[in-house]
Amino acid sequence: MAKVLMKGNEAIAEAAIRAGCRHYFGYPITPQTEIAAYMAKRMPKIGGTFLQAESEISAINMVYGVASAGRRAMTSSSSPGVSLKQEGISYLAGSDLPALIVNVQRGGPGLGGIQPSQSDYFQATKGGGHGDYHLIVLAPASVQEMADLTVKAFDLADKYRMPSMLLADGTIGQMMEPVELPEETDGSGVEKPWAVTGTENKREHNIINSLYLVPEQLEVKNLERYERYKIVEQNEVMYEEYMTEDADICVVAFGIAARVSKNAITAAREKGIKAGLIRPITLWPFPTEAIAKAAEKVKGFISVELSMGQMIDDIKLAEGCKKPVALCSRVGGMIPSPEQVLAAIEKAERGEF
Amino acid sequence: MAYTQILIAGFGGQGVLFAGKVMAYKGLEELKQISWLPSYGPEMRGGTANCSVIISDTPVGSPIVSEPDILIAMNLPSFDKYENAVKAGGYAFVDSTLIERKAVRTDISVHYIPATKMARDLEVPTLANMIMTGKVIRETGVIKMEGLRDALAKTVSAKHQDLLEANLRAIDAGYNYKG
Repeated sequence: MAKVLMKGNEAIAEAAIRAGCRHYFGYPITPQTEIAAYMAKRMPKIGGTFLQAESEISAINMVYGVASAGRRAMTSSSSPGVSLKQEGISYLAGSDLPALIVNVQRGGPGLGGIQPSQSDYFQATKGGGHGDYHLIVLAPASVQEMADLTVKAFDLADKYRMPSMLLADGTIGQMMEPVELPEETDGSGVEKPWAVTGTENKREHNIINSLYLVPEQLEVKNLERYERYKIVEQNEVMYEEYMTEDADICVVAFGIAARVSKNAITAAREKGIKAGLIRPITLWPFPTEAIAKAAEKVKGFISVELSMGQMIDDIKLAEGCKKPVALCSRVGGMIPSPEQVLAAIEKAERGEF
Repeated sequence: MAYTQILIAGFGGQGVLFAGKVMAYKGLEELKQISWLPSYGPEMRGGTANCSVIISDTPVGSPIVSEPDILIAMNLPSFDKYENAVKAGGYAFVDSTLIERKAVRTDISVHYIPATKMARDLEVPTLANMIMTGKVIRETGVIKMEGLRDALAKTVSAKHQDLLEANLRAIDAGYNYKG
């Protein structure tokens, strides 16, 4: 299929429709409003539902409803709005429901700003809502990946009966790039015998619930869920390696930070510095093994993030504190320049972390 | 030019983002690698707006253009802000109707186009952006003139297809402007 030029936000929306999602619930917030706008335009034409809820909290609970009925549902927002959704996300996880939540991040905390950020990493990967749970967290670095990972997020959510999150940022949401759109499916690839679709007096009731007042039962639920998470960790890690074969300095970055880092790595290579990049595509599960393997060869790591240093903790855990890990970051809606990342690489090359 | 970084800057309402889109669509038609990134602050008509476009033979890294090969300055604040950022040996295209001063830099090629006045004279007063685009095509060859109609048809929204001819006329005027 021919490539089309699309905004990242629009690519998410079109890919979701092509993945069989016919239920979108949202509330507008910059820099992701194009997703809602696209859905508002398209959904009525294809028999889908677009609903602008009265709040983010309503929107996520509408997702809960549709997911309970076994249909693909999604919501999208940006950082402050995603904070509001956390209760509902925890309930989705606690009820073992598949759904897609998109966070096109902006600077925080609080109302913050509207420029790009990656400072919701902890929220996305370490919980966010209450209780023991994980989301599958995918981090697109191009408009093409906005489309591809949206489809992937729905597939993984269905496969493992858990909510997934697309963790993007304002830059990737607003930029246009050529994209080859995914094939159309009706999203019914996975059987959902647990869904509440009416018994027709032919089977027992299905119950979607996250309330277990008997602690022994709740413990079993949690343990079962973590068995499933273990399988996800074994099977679903995704990352890209760029010029890492002979690298002395390993940059770790995702999303827009990875794009900037690639420029810096090219410049470093021109100066004879052997730098490479590991780009996590899944932030949970994190590419722990790839980092650990790199730790055996490199002098050290640089975590390039649009945050005060969040992913850096996962890098340190993964490499077991064998090698130093530096942080190179801008925050509040600022983006590190390739020159800033190059300076950090040159410093690391001199052994300064 | 294998990896061309373009920065288009001006007032909101001058069609800065649209000019970038035209170049991006045309680049795509020419099978180049493309990125287009708008500034998306609390912009409004009369505020500042800018747009980063990269047209390349190799994959695009960061989509943020901080040192453009080609600067299109549509107003004085933009020219003041970005003149020094242009790469040595690069280009600046200046709307000389709105920017009265000359460039300070001597290591870049600067082209002065009275685009806003030309647009008024052509009775397409909102298309100074396309006049500038025409001149950029002529001087840099970053995209080709052939097949521009198709790219433009894709850029212009369905309800504004009647403006296609006007846009092409404006691009032609810029392309043929000697100065």
